[in-house]
Amino acid sequence: MSDSVWILGTSMTRFARHADRDVVDLASEAALGALTDGGVTVHDLDVLACGSLFSAHAGVGQQLLGQIGQTGISVYNVANACATGATALRVGLMAIRSGEASMAMAVGVEKMGKMGLLTSSPRGSKEAKVFAPSGRFGSVRSVDGILGTKTMPGVFGQAGMRYAHDHEGVGFDQFARIAHKNHLHSVLNPLAQYQKKFSLTEIKAAPMMAYPNTLLMCCPTGDGAAAAVLVSAERLATLTADQRRRAVKISASVLTSDPYVEGGQVQPDVNTLTRNAADAAYEQAGVGPEDLDLVELHDCFASAELIHYDNLRLCEPGGAGDFIDSGAPYRDGSTPVNVSGGLISKGHPIGATGVANLYEVATHLRGEAGDRQIPEARAGLAHVIGLGSSCGVHILERSAA
Amino acid sequence: MATQRIPLVGYLVLEPEPHLVAQQCDGCGARFFDRRNACGSCGGRDFEPAPVAKTGHLRAFSIVHRADPGVAVPFVSAIVETSDGTTVRANLLEVEPDPAEVRLGMEVHLVTYPAGTDSEGTECVAFGFAPVGA
Repeated sequence: MSDSVWILGTSMTRFARHADRDVVDLASEAALGALTDGGVTVHDLDVLACGSLFSAHAGVGQQLLGQIGQTGISVYNVANACATGATALRVGLMAIRSGEASMAMAVGVEKMGKMGLLTSSPRGSKEAKVFAPSGRFGSVRSVDGILGTKTMPGVFGQAGMRYAHDHEGVGFDQFARIAHKNHLHSVLNPLAQYQKKFSLTEIKAAPMMAYPNTLLMCCPTGDGAAAAVLVSAERLATLTADQRRRAVKISASVLTSDPYVEGGQVQPDVNTLTRNAADAAYEQAGVGPEDLDLVELHDCFASAELIHYDNLRLCEPGGAGDFIDSGAPYRDGSTPVNVSGGLISKGHPIGATGVANLYEVATHLRGEAGDRQIPEARAGLAHVIGLGSSCGVHILERSAA
Repeated sequence: MATQRIPLVGYLVLEPEPHLVAQQCDGCGARFFDRRNACGSCGGRDFEPAPVAKTGHLRAFSIVHRADPGVAVPFVSAIVETSDGTTVRANLLEVEPDPAEVRLGMEVHLVTYPAGTDSEGTECVAFGFAPVGA
């Protein structure tokens, strides 16, 4: 308890295409919202961690303070692929744990617009007129579409199909059902980029991006921000009864990278580091998967959500197909997963995602999630993974007060 | 005069018969296809070239319908585990890009084909995998 870190205030913008607002506008809305929610001001903060992937070189943290209060505190601008937001949160948390700070703010923000297909390989390079080996693989021309794919829907499609190779009961129908669930959940979330339900037939008949992922099984690009004010237990004890009652405990905070596995250089292994992060988080929190009232996990694609059921130990080993078929991860099931609508429908402005999923879990634990409230939620888990790879897992628990 | 040929990537060796060559760590046996600074598995610094088996099975796939401009779609992106336990990514060839035709676990073998010619007439040779017996 004494060295615990708490979320005092949190906020997010709606995820959408905010054509007339820039990253600083979005970050400011989330940051001011989190400060107001926590009942504190920018003058109370000791440190700011600001995560953004595509604006990583823009000093967004300082630009944000330029708008909301230049108090001269330490600013850390961080980028860590799709785990950027979770990484920013951990920077704030570590600053508090180290004793250098007693109150920190983590902001995640992204403005992507309509970027289209994301890929992990360099793009737009001109084909050479004369073939000459270059780069780490000694390639003489672009290999995308010759030596398989490095585009995201395909990479995660392969990850899902590998699970299907190793386990019974997983196929196109199971992936479609996951997208059905997340679109259905998003109808109740006014902050989601899309709030429209689709039938299984519509999902399966949508344009194929990379089998098994159709367009309705893929997250969109978009814009948005989320923020959280973190506070030490010691400083929280000096705040009002209402602030203490609404504070949410960070019972576990873990960030892993991918350990060596055979084949990881060819097809990113998103499983091992997620399992390592989940196991460490459950150990830290003294909370097991059976204790979770809701989970926000990184469903960049339907095929990704399926394998993370197993990686996060939400289902029996090898049983991810049965898990979705049983209805367990629907909001009225035994382990509600992505009641926000998930990345698939809530949206995935990359830097914001790893803070927004904590906003979602914290809001349920406070009993303030409105129409989409999971009743009596006491513990929840938030997971993100960025290719490259980095995995963040946080477990939150409701205040005992 | 014979056409000059160049492999698409450095780990494809064309002579005497086309095959893949990995850099194998002397310490732990981990195999890599890229230029190495040290071993990502054990930290070892010494490597030997190791020929990779030309047959294997389909471990995972995706049928890609959307790609960057200039990339022909649809194509089957395949993750193949060779019979000596090495993982390789390449297109699956000689099969319809249809989930009903592509079967997880199917036996495949290495094939090569021309993939473009440069301004000096040098032909690029690419590789892929094809179902055994196709």
